[in-house]
Amino acid sequence: METRKPDQTAPDGPARLELEFAVEGRDFAAAGNAASRIKRALEHVGFAARAVRRASITAYEAEMNIVIHARRGVIRACITPEAVTITADDEGPGIPDIELAMQEGYSTAPEDIREMGFGAGMGLPNMRKCSDRFSIESRVGQGTAVRAVIRNERRGTEGRGLDR
Amino acid sequence: MSYFHSVTLEREKCKGCTNCIKRCSTEAIRVREGKARILEERCVDCGECIRICPNQAKVAVTDKLERLKEFRYNVALPAPAFFGQFGREVDPERVMDGLLRLGFDHVVEVALGADAVTCAIRWYMEEHARPRPLISSACPAVVRLIQVRFPSLVDHIIPLQTPMDAAALIARREAREREGLKDEDIATWFITPCPAKMTAIRQPVGVQRSEVTGAFSMSEIYGLLLGVMSQAREDGGLCRASALGLGWGRAGGENHAIGTGALLAVDGIHNVIAVLEEVLRDRLQDLDYLELQACVGGCVGGPLVTENPFVGRTNLRVLTERLADVHPGLPVDASRQIFKSGQLAMRCRIEPRPVMKLDEDIARAISKTEQLERVLASLPGLDCGSCGSPHCRSLAEDIVRGSAFETDCIFKLREQVHALAKEMLELAQKLPPAMRQGEEASRADKDGET
Repeated sequence: METRKPDQTAPDGPARLELEFAVEGRDFAAAGNAASRIKRALEHVGFAARAVRRASITAYEAEMNIVIHARRGVIRACITPEAVTITADDEGPGIPDIELAMQEGYSTAPEDIREMGFGAGMGLPNMRKCSDRFSIESRVGQGTAVRAVIRNERRGTEGRGLDR
Repeated sequence: MSYFHSVTLEREKCKGCTNCIKRCSTEAIRVREGKARILEERCVDCGECIRICPNQAKVAVTDKLERLKEFRYNVALPAPAFFGQFGREVDPERVMDGLLRLGFDHVVEVALGADAVTCAIRWYMEEHARPRPLISSACPAVVRLIQVRFPSLVDHIIPLQTPMDAAALIARREAREREGLKDEDIATWFITPCPAKMTAIRQPVGVQRSEVTGAFSMSEIYGLLLGVMSQAREDGGLCRASALGLGWGRAGGENHAIGTGALLAVDGIHNVIAVLEEVLRDRLQDLDYLELQACVGGCVGGPLVTENPFVGRTNLRVLTERLADVHPGLPVDASRQIFKSGQLAMRCRIEPRPVMKLDEDIARAISKTEQLERVLASLPGLDCGSCGSPHCRSLAEDIVRGSAFETDCIFKLREQVHALAKEMLELAQKLPPAMRQGEEASRADKDGET
């Protein structure tokens, strides 16, 4: 399931860790594995607890979007001391109206998925809220590419819960 | 000061098996040099290892009853779960009276403290709309689990002290007012179902110092109590807590007492971890409150109880049903006074204690994480535990941290021995040039040329 790129870091280059995970559509048994592995890596690196949480939410939502909507996809995380960049590229139906999809509560998830408690239309809005930079590109009938950057910042760790 | 742990190892009893390392919820145990070793900074004192150890090498350190001699006035604080340890025909008044006969001067039910905390939780939830869900602070193993494994969730823990602390506050106030005692003459002793509470008394979170003096093991007190129960009386009028307060001793009882809001109760530390993962992913925002208990069945399932947890749970349920209308519990006015006085509030933030970081220097940590992933990919993934680390992943982590070697994996060792044996065989078949003949000689010459 999992594929990893060889370490592309030159010994004296900037510190950087790349992780890559293949995700299969409708594979609910394995859903969340990629997000868990990314979270664990960020904990090992020593990211601020709050940044780990925001990245976990982002990676999980990205992974679930592939599981729910797409045939298959790849989740990547690129970790540097300053930030983690999470990208999700899928082969799937694509999103006809991205602006609409970014609205809270809007969902194109089929009824059977919604009945299972997923696809509440919070995935993309949640990812945007949790990330410092967020972009999305989609081609109908081909697939969707999401990119989210979460900075490793300690600011706000004194706050209660996630700031909304 | 090093961190006190109630859960400790009796080295001579440990056979170095792998039962505990596999069961530990925070991967806090390794077997090294034939003995288990507890990683202090990771242990949350849940006591799972005490349950699983076939050699009783894991023990909970609690106070000895002789300590009663150190104080002028001793108050016993029996946990609600304690009343589930007796047959259904035993009146709780007899249990309370029996405790006096063991040498305590007074007994205050922790369930009475639970009455106060129940109200406080309701009021706190009304006053604070965020964060959600709030997480109960009652189980000290869960609080420490969050500090260690879910550091970003510490602010979800409701900043209120536990029923045990509330009972100690009530007991101390009563002893001062009724007996005219000074605070330093009063000792409050929790009768505990678990080691985590003992740790919580010695090293409280959210406050500088616990109002509870120490803890006696529930099973030890139970044994002593059996000797005096026949003389114990039923007319002492010592039971004051409500049935709802008493219900805190079993899973779901805390939520049942709170009664309002979207509440979820989860018991068993591995189930708790699964639900905390969901909280971390922000999937449970629609819930108000989580009652999370490390032990299956709640406190009646603690490692220091004597009765079977399921029997204890039923005992407690039957008892609370019987007492439903008998005791009104702590008056709401008294609860409000305790809440408004701020005595139940945690006075400092619960600190996150993340333990996963591989290096203080982040660039080095990234390179070590990369190395960890690489080592992990080379391990067999059987999670057999023979290396003394609980999983292949934790062995990879230990290797990167420098506390283990790749050859600690018996499969990697076997691979290397195999390679070595093959090389030896090849070397053994080689002949010195003077002994080589014909084809073999020319092949060897060719090998030498390339």
